[in-house]
Amino acid sequence: MMSEHLTARPFDVEAIRADFPALHQQVHGHPLVYLDNAATTQKPRTVIDAVRGFYENDCSNVHRGVHALSQRATVAYESSRTVIKNHVGARDSREIVFTRSTTESINLVAHSFVRPRLKEGDEVLITTMEHHSNIVPWQLLCQQTGAKLRVVPISDEGEIIMEEYAKLLNDRTRIVGVVHISNALGTVNPVKDMIQLAHEQGIPVLVDGAQALPHLPVDVQDLDCDFYAFSAHKVYGPTGIGALYGKRAHLLEMTPYQSGGDMILSVTFDETHFNEPPHLFEAGTPNIEGALGFAKALEYLQSVGIEATQAHEKHLLDQATEAVLEVPGIRLVGRARQRAGALSFVMEGIHPHDIGTILDQEGVAVRAGHHCAQPVMQRYKLSATVRASFALYNRSDEIEALVKGLHTVREVFG
Amino acid sequence: MSDLKELYKEVILDHNRNPRNCYIMDCATRTADGHNPLCGDTVKVYLRIEDGIIEEISFQGHGCAICTASTSLMTESVRGKTVEEAQGLFDEFHLMLTGVAEEQGIEMGKLMVFEGVREYPVRVKCATLAWHTLHAAMEEKKENVSTE
Ligand SMILES: Cc1ncc(COP(=O)(O)O)c(C=O)c1O
Repeated sequence: MMSEHLTARPFDVEAIRADFPALHQQVHGHPLVYLDNAATTQKPRTVIDAVRGFYENDCSNVHRGVHALSQRATVAYESSRTVIKNHVGARDSREIVFTRSTTESINLVAHSFVRPRLKEGDEVLITTMEHHSNIVPWQLLCQQTGAKLRVVPISDEGEIIMEEYAKLLNDRTRIVGVVHISNALGTVNPVKDMIQLAHEQGIPVLVDGAQALPHLPVDVQDLDCDFYAFSAHKVYGPTGIGALYGKRAHLLEMTPYQSGGDMILSVTFDETHFNEPPHLFEAGTPNIEGALGFAKALEYLQSVGIEATQAHEKHLLDQATEAVLEVPGIRLVGRARQRAGALSFVMEGIHPHDIGTILDQEGVAVRAGHHCAQPVMQRYKLSATVRASFALYNRSDEIEALVKGLHTVREVFG
Repeated sequence: MSDLKELYKEVILDHNRNPRNCYIMDCATRTADGHNPLCGDTVKVYLRIEDGIIEEISFQGHGCAICTASTSLMTESVRGKTVEEAQGLFDEFHLMLTGVAEEQGIEMGKLMVFEGVREYPVRVKCATLAWHTLHAAMEEKKENVSTE
């Protein structure tokens, strides 16, 4: 089944677009130009059909019924885990825990892996360009335990300053949390090198892969990360489902997160025998249709080809970078050597929020705001930027529409 | 483009470029801070109220054109008014933007330029942030005002 999907077809953006029903609509009298993919991507029909198909045919609970529907649902749910495991290159399906999202994956690690080993005076190390979801859980944990949150600085270009990172790693560091691709700047971080440096001192590393999965081939064994957190909805899958990859040895040491049904083997009022990971961390009836849709989304990406997608998106990003800079008064925020997926910018004297509204009137959807990464905005003394972010279905003429819209902004503001 | 001119009227663009009463007031009798977490806009409103009359009003902050112009025009339209009159104007302004306006007969004057914002529901908060903050300052609320 997999091999059929792995044979990449020639990259044909029109054929790809035909697979995404939501792309074919008018917004304020203009064809939709969807450039807010870093917030969430549109979904291909195979994903929508998988979610609907579950409710139309196999709807039942998993891991608990002897009847046919429940068996089908359980097989489909567990096969989805295998698809995800293969996609990220994990060794074992039991290393993939289904969660609600990247956010929940990070919270799970904070609560069940880091918290029991964190003492007063210990340190948690993150970077300046983290999403709030990779800041706030650590901040809370530090407040509760008396540990200290340390932050790796970034350069004006938007790159992690590796010398500073190396200096901040020390024998009190209990975990490193780092974003693979920044949603606010588009920077691709050298996570493999960072993991190696941390491991030299025996420090585990969690990678926030929310933005990386749609844009890069991810191989958790090659990276040698301890944890990798991601969400389906950023990579053409449904909302409300995500996953955590965790090395099996770590997962086996971790304490339960939420508790209840499905995560247990047997319960009496005196004691509970817990199930094994990953089930130990999946209390309650899971998001079954979400898991099915998630697997279909990854298979879709594989069918297009992740390398072909990468090449297409690089072309779009290069074209957009050049074209946007030709509009008077525009300054890029984030000019890292390695970028993917997103372009962040500001326009002299015009607030991003106004730019967002004007572009929307022309059918162009971008994000205007702080991108849930306020500390990185503060680093550049900004309150917000405009962000255009790309997916495999975007076309060159959509960048032209963006640039045309930016000229309209200039006209309106005189 | 013509639709956009309904939103970004000349008066709004002018007040965005050259906001009036934009300074820190040392002798303020009341102040309040407002914040729109959605877009990070912030505004601080300063008031000097004497015998129930807004003798002086100023602001500081940064926000989008709608937010900045709305704050600037608000300071012009409430100066010299009583606290009750200013509150009445806020109520009327709010009704105008949320579209359920029953004409109350309150003279809106220049504030009518914001009528177009009604067509942009996500921007209504940009136009009302200053007013919510003014309200908090008049009521002497201590907590930060948030549009959320
Ligand atoms: C880099 C990054 N990390 C984490 C998240 C959080 O993802 P979710 O909201 O799906 O938990 C996002 C999404 O906005 C993101 O871009």
